[in-house]
Amino acid sequence: MKVTVKILRYNPEKDKRPRYRTYHVEAEPTDRVLDVLEKIKGYQDGSLSFRRSCAHGICGSCAMRINGMNRLACKTLIKDLHSDKIVIEPLLGLPLMKDLIVDMKPFFEHYQSVKPYLINDEPPPLTERLQSPEERERFDDTTKCILCAACTTSCPSFWSNGQYVGPAAIVNAHRFIFDSRDRGAAERLRILSDQFGVYRCHTIFNCTLACPRDIQITKAIGEVKRAIATGSLD
Amino acid sequence: MNKHQYEVIVVGAGGAGLMAALNASKTAVTAVISKLYPTRSHTGTAQGGIGAALGNLEEDHPEWHTYDTVKGSDYLGDQDAIEFMCQEAVPAVYELEHMGLPFSRTPDGRIAQRPFGGHTNNVTGKPVRRSCYAADRTGHMILQTLYQQCIKNNVQFFDEFQVLDLLIVNGVAQGVVAIELATSEIHIFHANAVIFATGGFGRIWKITSNAYSLTGDGVAIALRRGIPLEDMEFFQFHPTGIYKLGILITEGVRGEGGVLVNDKGERFMEHYAPHAKDLASRDVVSRAMYLEVRDGRGINGKDYLYLDVRPETVNKYATLDGRTRPDGTPYQVTGEEILQKLPDIIDFCRTYLGVDPIEQPMPVQPTAHYAMGGIPTNIYGQVVLDENNTILPGFYAAGESACVSVHGANRLGTNSLVDILVFGKHAGIHAAQYARGAQFQTLPQDAADFARQQLDRFLNNDKGTEKISDIAEEMKITMMDHVGVFRTEEGMNVALNKIRELKQRYWNIKLDDNGKVFNTDLLNAWELGNLLDLAEVTTASALARKESRGAHAREDFPKRDDKNWLKHTLAWLKDGEIHLRYKPVVITKYQPKERVY
Repeated sequence: MKVTVKILRYNPEKDKRPRYRTYHVEAEPTDRVLDVLEKIKGYQDGSLSFRRSCAHGICGSCAMRINGMNRLACKTLIKDLHSDKIVIEPLLGLPLMKDLIVDMKPFFEHYQSVKPYLINDEPPPLTERLQSPEERERFDDTTKCILCAACTTSCPSFWSNGQYVGPAAIVNAHRFIFDSRDRGAAERLRILSDQFGVYRCHTIFNCTLACPRDIQITKAIGEVKRAIATGSLD
Repeated sequence: MNKHQYEVIVVGAGGAGLMAALNASKTAVTAVISKLYPTRSHTGTAQGGIGAALGNLEEDHPEWHTYDTVKGSDYLGDQDAIEFMCQEAVPAVYELEHMGLPFSRTPDGRIAQRPFGGHTNNVTGKPVRRSCYAADRTGHMILQTLYQQCIKNNVQFFDEFQVLDLLIVNGVAQGVVAIELATSEIHIFHANAVIFATGGFGRIWKITSNAYSLTGDGVAIALRRGIPLEDMEFFQFHPTGIYKLGILITEGVRGEGGVLVNDKGERFMEHYAPHAKDLASRDVVSRAMYLEVRDGRGINGKDYLYLDVRPETVNKYATLDGRTRPDGTPYQVTGEEILQKLPDIIDFCRTYLGVDPIEQPMPVQPTAHYAMGGIPTNIYGQVVLDENNTILPGFYAAGESACVSVHGANRLGTNSLVDILVFGKHAGIHAAQYARGAQFQTLPQDAADFARQQLDRFLNNDKGTEKISDIAEEMKITMMDHVGVFRTEEGMNVALNKIRELKQRYWNIKLDDNGKVFNTDLLNAWELGNLLDLAEVTTASALARKESRGAHAREDFPKRDDKNWLKHTLAWLKDGEIHLRYKPVVITKYQPKERVY
């Protein structure tokens, strides 16, 4: 099938502001949007710039706006768009660097601010720390995060104030707060209860819809809010 | 020009690079340079697990793991290194758990383990539960956990910097030259120790499980700097890639009881590996699949087979095999259990194929997956320069870019993760120790010139006529057709000539982007040069090896020949020519014998 692809292009060395360019590409309905981008870059315009790596939804490089939704280009098939017209734009809310590439530094700074690592100073046993399958299941959903930024950059609260830590950072805090081996919950909950923490979330659910890993993000944020409110992790 | 000085520089931020950085940074001033944000690295796509003889579910020993790895390597792995790796695997897994890795758990709260190809109980010969897993996302969990620990320990990163060259001064490694992708600025990183952990190069082939970024950069840089590459003819084709896409379907599917079937509905692995069946080594299974297709038993006569993990199929064959659970009850599964253990696989199939593996079988074909060969090292990650194992002081390599050699002619599933953890760690420790005692050499004024030249020749090349994508496509198809699962002298000669033709045309590439900001056009061109060099070395090494061993299967020399070929290949690139020499295999406890599964 023939698809018409409109891409928001921007080269800071040449352009004053981003503008759309249109490409016509022959594609299979089962092709990924990433395949279409590669075809354009390979055979029509090598200057088109975007990040990509694994091409199957694990590395988190290729999050972008596709027909208005934040998605991974490698996990979105043409047929799933139900249209032969595709509009591709960079993520919102992060500084635009070139074409579909945005500056990820603010995103990773928010991630790092919630202490996204196991905190436990007790001497470990000679073998593994024990954890029941039920305790492991408690935080399973939030271990799936690939830091693609699709959620944070879909959030209107984040758009209006980039100091908000954003859903991805909260997801990664959740992953440790509810890990039975971790001892840093109180610290993280304190960080997340400040004015740029969880209370910026107004349960708009854009993040949950955007997540390519199907993480129940709004639910996770709610659980963190509840833990702050009740002082309990149960 | 930007100049930096560190005691240790780590290039690459996958599992091996991050393990090296975590360990080196404990005692030495360390920085990691990576062309990707660390969490984009390919370690994240590993699915099935880490092999370590914890014995959490049944009797197991590091010695059994050692023997299985030696046998899996078709006796080409160095046995001292393999023994070291399999012993170290056990503490490495506990260390990861202590770092917070969310392993799946047994009912009593210990790390869960599953069977994997080639891993056996050495007494009964039956598959053993050795692979320590976190659902089918083990690599993702490793990468996330190691990155988290790097943040905790304030490891310094230069993200989205592409390393272009290795600096060697007065016979010792002294740093690297890199380009900052966002600006095209050149940076010199002066360092007393450099660790390459840059991953593999599966993008040489058309059907591959490998990420776009796996272009063998570090391996090609080393080659250009006069360092030989070891055992490049051995490249693993994983049996179960998603048809046409190459995306990996973990061996864990077969570990959980899935079977391969042909067009007649037969579980054909029974004929090729009567004992291990679907859990034979990867080379054995990939060859069997190729032969089934060649003999017309591919699905609908095409070049793929089915991987069937539907509960009714799993239960049927588990009954026939007499498979039991650890408590002795018969092994029977439900769709829910499969979904719980293999969630990502199910998701891939639903997304890319519109197939639900609980209800339908998955179309699969062998996919180029893993380089057993690479930059030769010893067990401390020190790079060795020749058949006498002469060290290049200050230069280290680990992970898929290195060849220790623990995988020999064929890697066992799960051992790539063991490799990155064990040798990443030891390279980091050793490099830090060495760097602290070493003196900085004065860098020459023209230190960045060789790197610059490699890029400048493409910029503003208005007379160029060639496209990157055309050359890349021809290379990938050529390698798939002639240097794949089965090889012949005739085919490999065709491939070698074609690769050399492409290397000529490569100089005539015309870019569409001559700018400085994220010039991915330029980067793609440079990466293609790496792939072409490695394709040539792979083919030349394979052409010379007149035997079949592990992943290197010659139709014209179908037997293993220990008398003439029980040796490692070393390949140098000098003045555009490839020179081959050989070095002996280290054999300690296990004398080579016929390899049957």
